[in-house]
Amino acid sequence: MAKKPIGPVRRDYAPWDDPASVPFIEFRNVTKRFGDFTAVNNLSLKIYEREFFALLGGSGCGKTTMMRMLAGFETPTEGEILLDGQSLSGVPPYRRPVNMMFQSYALFPHMNVEANIAFGLKQDDMPKAEIADRVAEMLRLTKLESFAKRKPHQLSGGQRQRVALARSLAKRPKVLLLDEPLGALDRKLREETQFELMNLQEDLKMTFLIVTHDQEEAMTVADRIAVMDAGEIVQVATPGEIYEAPNSKFVADFIGDVNLIEAKVEETSETGTRLQAVHGNYVIDSAQSVSASKGETVWYAIRPEKVRMELGEPSGGDLNSAGAIVWDIAYLGDMSIFHSRIGEASLRSTVANVTRTVERPISWDDKVVLSWDRDAGVILTE
Amino acid sequence: MTRGPSWFNVTSLVLGFSFLYLPILLLVVFSFNESRLVTVWGGFSTKWYAELLRNEQLLDAFWVTIRVAFFSATVATVLGTMAALVLVRSGRFVGRSLFSGMVFAPLVMPEVILGLSLLLLFVAMDQARGFWTVMLAHTTFAMCYVAVVVQSRLVGFDKSIEEAAEDLGCPPVRTFFQITLPIIFPGVIAGWMLAFTLSLDDLVIASFTTGPGATTLPMKIYSQVRLGVTPEINAVCTILVGFVTIGVIAASLATKRQQVKRERDERAAIAGG
Repeated sequence: MAKKPIGPVRRDYAPWDDPASVPFIEFRNVTKRFGDFTAVNNLSLKIYEREFFALLGGSGCGKTTMMRMLAGFETPTEGEILLDGQSLSGVPPYRRPVNMMFQSYALFPHMNVEANIAFGLKQDDMPKAEIADRVAEMLRLTKLESFAKRKPHQLSGGQRQRVALARSLAKRPKVLLLDEPLGALDRKLREETQFELMNLQEDLKMTFLIVTHDQEEAMTVADRIAVMDAGEIVQVATPGEIYEAPNSKFVADFIGDVNLIEAKVEETSETGTRLQAVHGNYVIDSAQSVSASKGETVWYAIRPEKVRMELGEPSGGDLNSAGAIVWDIAYLGDMSIFHSRIGEASLRSTVANVTRTVERPISWDDKVVLSWDRDAGVILTE
Repeated sequence: MTRGPSWFNVTSLVLGFSFLYLPILLLVVFSFNESRLVTVWGGFSTKWYAELLRNEQLLDAFWVTIRVAFFSATVATVLGTMAALVLVRSGRFVGRSLFSGMVFAPLVMPEVILGLSLLLLFVAMDQARGFWTVMLAHTTFAMCYVAVVVQSRLVGFDKSIEEAAEDLGCPPVRTFFQITLPIIFPGVIAGWMLAFTLSLDDLVIASFTTGPGATTLPMKIYSQVRLGVTPEINAVCTILVGFVTIGVIAASLATKRQQVKRERDERAAIAGG
């Protein structure tokens, strides 16, 4: 049976699935220690040309250290980093063909917007006329034409962010590094800028590496995401796979909302697995086969939007169906979140409010039946 | 409703300011005294200022002082800025706390001891004492003041600005001159001015380390006062006070204007979106 695609995919672009493709950036067994603290632990990673790659994780997970090692501000304790086939060890930051957009923007306060953008070009001794052309192009690209003569402190947060972007793109680097680039912007501006970044990356055909703690941001912009925890990569996959097929409890829990149901394996075969829920009396039938033995405790991860909810009581004996009592309701307008009790355990489900009125709305203390499809969730053993 | 200043505040203000400025005011008033007797008012006159211009010894001392102050402040600023950079930037290194303690030691060291030890050093080196030895001595003790001032400016400095410059292809030394120095420049200038003033009014260290032909103004004033205060000395001091006052007012006006402009710009930026 052919694998069904998960999530939207960029057509004709999946070099990570092609064993013949050569990585553009490669981390080879990289370790970075600061004194006793291991920030990055024996980590290997391949990033391909023209990819928009995201490093996602909580604070202190090592994602920023990874980026700073690529930019040259930190030296790996062990291992090496390759860019376009060349080792970067011993190459100082000012000779690396990568440019970075800093979290604090790090604009030069004593220079105006134009001079900020031109700074990198001047370092390369580019002819004056060419610099002027390039600066004008960058100003146009980031819609900053009317602010060219202003100093950074005369700009709003969003404008500063665009200057920082223009400055880091001006030299046409092989790789653009983005360190939490949109953290300081308000929600609306952030969403707009995310789409701008994606379009820019497609137009310029450059490799982008973004570091962020915001999972929505990573999901929006990236082709692939590496989820990091405690100096290690937990999973590298497309946003769709990360969401629908997490490889561990950590990833399932970190990305989006999830129900983690504790269950014991009853039987497993090539065509599927049967689990008995630990809390509440119901059987889970999954299309996934696992290498766990009978009686072993596993976790069944299912997203709230994949749980169906109907008024009534279970007829008994049905698979993937559990009786529950509604405990709490959060009405968000576009959808509602329900917390229902199955014995000791609680299960979340979301219902999209597709009609304005409902004949008999589900309310507190209603008896409901929760059910889901055979391939709605994933079985996790770690 | 605005309340007028309370009698308590007014009294504190008057007492405080009299305490600080009455002596100086007296000095200024008596520099315009017609009479040769310092404490007896004999009518208004500027004759002591004219007299001053004919007193070549005092004028010489004045120029020596200015030259010493200018050179020592400049050298102290270079060395002090370097020390501040090392202290703020280089993180932990062996002997860091010893170094930082030693840079700031002259701040608390009695001047007499500093002067004496410098004198001993110059004697041991068989160095003829004069203009250069005073200049070096002033550099030594002014340097730590510069280091303190520049350090406070560097502590609030976002290091990623320098990283951004390097990231854009600028080697470290050029980054220092094109990025770091322009940004910390107000601190460097403040340090220079502090060093200049310190050198201008130093008496103790200068007396220890000077030699023939390099008498500074404070030394000259001190030696003349021992023979009795003359209105001429009052005139010199008034001129010095005038210099310092103008300098302070100019500096604070410049800062104030810059601040007002900056605030206006920021408001405009926020309003403009």
